[in-house]
Amino acid sequence: MNATAAPSAPSAAGPAHGEAGGFAARVRWAVADGWTITRRDVLHWLRRPGQLVAGLLFPVMMLLMFGFLFGGAMTVPGGGDYREFLMPGMFAMTMVFGVGETVTAVSHDMARGVTDRFRSMPMAPSAVVVGRCAADMLRSAITLAILLGCGLLAGWQWNGTGGEAAAAVGLLLLLRFSLVWLGIYVGLAVRGEGAVTAVHTLEFPLGFLSNAFAATATMPLWLGTVADWNPLSSTVTATRELFGNPGWGGETWIAQNALLMAVVWPLAIVAVFFPLCVRRYRDMAG
Amino acid sequence: METTGGAVTARGLGKRYGRSWALRGFDLHVPVGSVCGLLGPNGAGKTTAVRVLTTLLRADEGTASVAGHDVAAHGDRVRRSIGLVGQNAAVDEVLSGRQNLEMFGRLHHLGSRRAAARADELLERFRLADTGRKPVGAYSGGMRRRLDLAASMILAPPVLFLDEPTTGLDPRSRDEVWGAVRELVAGGTTVLLTTQYLEEADRLADRISVVSSGRVVAEGTPGELKSRLGGDRLDLVVRDPAALAGAAGIVRRVVGAEPDTDVENRRVGVGVEDRVAALTEVVRALEEQRIGVEDVVLRRPTLDEVFLHLTEAEEETTR
Ligand SMILES: Nc1ncnc2c1ncn2[C@@H]1O[C@H](COP(=O)(O)OP(=O)(O)O)[C@@H](O)[C@H]1O
Ligand SMILES: [Mg+2]
Repeated sequence: MNATAAPSAPSAAGPAHGEAGGFAARVRWAVADGWTITRRDVLHWLRRPGQLVAGLLFPVMMLLMFGFLFGGAMTVPGGGDYREFLMPGMFAMTMVFGVGETVTAVSHDMARGVTDRFRSMPMAPSAVVVGRCAADMLRSAITLAILLGCGLLAGWQWNGTGGEAAAAVGLLLLLRFSLVWLGIYVGLAVRGEGAVTAVHTLEFPLGFLSNAFAATATMPLWLGTVADWNPLSSTVTATRELFGNPGWGGETWIAQNALLMAVVWPLAIVAVFFPLCVRRYRDMAG
Repeated sequence: METTGGAVTARGLGKRYGRSWALRGFDLHVPVGSVCGLLGPNGAGKTTAVRVLTTLLRADEGTASVAGHDVAAHGDRVRRSIGLVGQNAAVDEVLSGRQNLEMFGRLHHLGSRRAAARADELLERFRLADTGRKPVGAYSGGMRRRLDLAASMILAPPVLFLDEPTTGLDPRSRDEVWGAVRELVAGGTTVLLTTQYLEEADRLADRISVVSSGRVVAEGTPGELKSRLGGDRLDLVVRDPAALAGAAGIVRRVVGAEPDTDVENRRVGVGVEDRVAALTEVVRALEEQRIGVEDVVLRRPTLDEVFLHLTEAEEETTR
């Protein structure tokens, strides 16, 4: 310890970072560190509320645009209310498009050297990425709550039970959760502006090459198959079912098992990208 | 890995990017409590060396230890012993200085109250206490650097790494950063700093290691390195090309060293130790011989000359 350098500087070898910390202590510190990182984002929102509001405005605008501008021009297969049909697709799309914010935040920290500072500190290697994910999920939950409110105001409603509706919301957030891990990985792995471009390039096919706006049966076979197997499609179909909103139906296995796949897809994405994120963060090859 | 009293020890470090080696055969020994300056031009491998030593990057070859811990095997222990100020100020630009320091304090597990108290102390010490709620994005370069330094010493680390701490700063901010570093050193912190400026290494470092093409090509105290180079340079340009040999002869006799002659530019140059004496004697002798001179300059060697000289010297000894 350097008494003169910093008279009251806490010891670098204090108990907090002691070797003796068992598994429970390590988990406790990983959670505490993760929360500190999440808290940083919350402080950002408080300091720059305008940015948060602008981020929320985009999906609301999209929802209103699709709901009212194009609403009249579209017909729902088998009848039913257009907006009831549209909203689950819009909710799911928003879950996809918000991932750009994750990538931007991660690559900004990388470029600025903030990530390196965290990596040079004695923190749990998972804390930074977990904290990032928690902050983004918090924002997603707020966004989704506002969108649900807007949807209700615009004439959308759910026709199932409250439990089913809650399950639908859960599936939407689960999809976002998985995509946040993908976004963190892209942010860590791709340097510079390339990362944001990469994600925007991914967002569009993932968002539109799905059954959110068009029945996959009306697409050319290969395209329809791709759209059917798009994880977003499973979530859209499953939430339509759970909300009791009209849908396209569909004869394929993947369409018949949308509920199952709306859980399996995100879990598979997390299983792949969470370990990749932690490894990438720790080793940062290159 | 045993340390034999070194705060930082590197043996044969190598790091490859694709086909080219950013670091190759990099050796370094920094005694506890000293300040080591890694001096080298852009692209020499300074940042790569710092990144390996601070566990941010894995070396492809060689071993290194910091504060007695092997960087590859015990990265977590190394991270408990170091502070790092990277090449760009790694602080959150949206938050205020206080919020930044509080965050880093929490990440060092000080708890929210001690983190807040420590933040106040450091703000005071680095003369940032009156910045208030201002976001760091609105700070000047010097203020940002000082905050960066403060953030790297939340826990008074035994070993501090500074990667080009004053690059891009105006002279005033640079002096402020130098002052902060000197204070730390006075308190016994071991410092490894990288720089492109001979002057900076000279002012702050006990010993300088000159880095070129990924390895240390010369090592010594600032004085030792300067005398190896022969101090300042005396350059003169003669009016008549025919007088070049005569001028060179005078310079050789007065200075006692073999000058470089550049026929095309009619220039004679030599390293001098006693600046004023060399200049007056040479000018007087030229007048006596009636050799017309167009220009005489006494100047510090450029960094290029330092590197060229030291790299050449290194090549000669390895040959
Ligand atoms: N991430 C990287 N990918 C490829 N080459 C790199 C990378 N980082 C550094 N280099 C190369 O390694 C060499 C040393 O770089 P660096 O350590 O940054 O030098 P310095 O800090 O002395 O300016 C340079 O030639 C640089 O181009
Ligand atoms: Mg560098």
